[in-house]
Amino acid sequence: MNATAVVTGVGVTAPNGLGTDAYWAATLRGENGIDRLAHFDPSGYPVQLAGEVPGFDVKEHLPNRLIPATDRTTQLALTATAWALDDAHVVPAELSEFGMGVTTAASAGGFEFGQQQLEKMWSEGNQHVSAYQSIAWFYAVNTGQISIRHGMRGPSGVLVSEQAGGLDAVAQARRQIRKGSDLIVSGGVDGPFCSWSLISQWTSGRLTESSDPDHAYQPFDSAAAGHVPGEGGAILVVEGEQSARRRGVTDSYGEVAGYAATFDPRPGSEREPGLRRAIDTALAEARVSPADVDVVFADAAGDPGLDLVEATAIAEVFGPGAVPVTAPKTMTGRLYGGGAPLDLVAALLSIRDNIIPPTVNVVLAPRYEIDLVSGTPRNASVNTALVLARGQDGFNSAVLLRAT
Amino acid sequence: MAANEEMTIDDLRRVLRDSAGEEEGVNLDGDIIDVEFAELGYDSIALLETGGYVERERGVSLDEESVTAAKTPRTFLAVVNDSLSNGSGP
Repeated sequence: MNATAVVTGVGVTAPNGLGTDAYWAATLRGENGIDRLAHFDPSGYPVQLAGEVPGFDVKEHLPNRLIPATDRTTQLALTATAWALDDAHVVPAELSEFGMGVTTAASAGGFEFGQQQLEKMWSEGNQHVSAYQSIAWFYAVNTGQISIRHGMRGPSGVLVSEQAGGLDAVAQARRQIRKGSDLIVSGGVDGPFCSWSLISQWTSGRLTESSDPDHAYQPFDSAAAGHVPGEGGAILVVEGEQSARRRGVTDSYGEVAGYAATFDPRPGSEREPGLRRAIDTALAEARVSPADVDVVFADAAGDPGLDLVEATAIAEVFGPGAVPVTAPKTMTGRLYGGGAPLDLVAALLSIRDNIIPPTVNVVLAPRYEIDLVSGTPRNASVNTALVLARGQDGFNSAVLLRAT
Repeated sequence: MAANEEMTIDDLRRVLRDSAGEEEGVNLDGDIIDVEFAELGYDSIALLETGGYVERERGVSLDEESVTAAKTPRTFLAVVNDSLSNGSGP
């Protein structure tokens, strides 16, 4: 039995860096990965900006057989997974295939692949639709392809709770570890850019129309006017501490020590939003008091109402300005199912390096009573980090990470 | 290559590469006519994709179950060439 779930490996594909080291270095430099959308010409669309993963040539990373079968987001997920397994020194063939599972977060699956096939169907006929469409569009596709590629046949699934999904997936991984699995590949890679997908996201009403990358996604700023969508994310190898030790691994990035998920009351209700309760419950589960939390990675919606809910919850739990708060996702945009896993990696690297990455392009509005780490990174002793994520339509999740 | 000409193993090699890709460590140019598709790295979806490619290229209609039941290139080619000689159009 594994009582403790630790993260033994990470792999990153982010708009401001391909690979964990590139991402972390860029993040500490405050390098913005948001730019004019390049996947297709956005003139004529309301959204002009995106966080796109730079310099990804799939042929350098994946075997030829997988390329015609997969959407770009799956290709990024498979690449991040290979890196994470490598980082954890895991050789799947040496481990029990039923002891390893896969649980990722997703919001859309292979949207761009789907759009291309639909276009073929109406322009050339149904004989021209790829057989791979049957699996490539589906939001469980990353979990499935990771499982098949690495021979992981243990408990597996996919969590779909918009931006909160990445935390929910890692919590589900921890649940499976506690039930007896050795290792679960978790996290998420998401955020396809095709016109169909972008227009679907546009209906949320939360995307910014800004065309200035440095004045587009500005949570906790009085200029906040929505967010920039981004692609990518992170894959984490979540492993039982004992299982890791059995294969000779004693080093880990940190423990998934606390988790909670809540749901908001119905719109128009007088009741309090669920975020504060998620924070309280996650801390209680980890037996950590607010004073012992060293940094909070905010959800940072970039919407004035939602930013106020979050700043208020943080100030109520920790005290006004009492804990450093940061949102490195201001450099990537919001990555949907990939966003929270990327924040988890940033938090684990903060613990490793004792440094808090900055929030960029934000001038903190006085009505938010938080200590926002802004502009440049801050050196600090970091042993515990709280990561918050909210999914549209009421999902709130919190994960407490602790140094091991 | 005319549409009604018999499909050869070389045609199949090309179609497999174009539609489903080539598994690392597998030599498609070797003597593969009786090697099982599973060993060559192709699953049932890869065969469906390959069958669809042949249908578009040859203007022929293939029975889906026969395509995915084909275990080797020899049986796959037999399915295609039977359809071609029977002239079963789309």
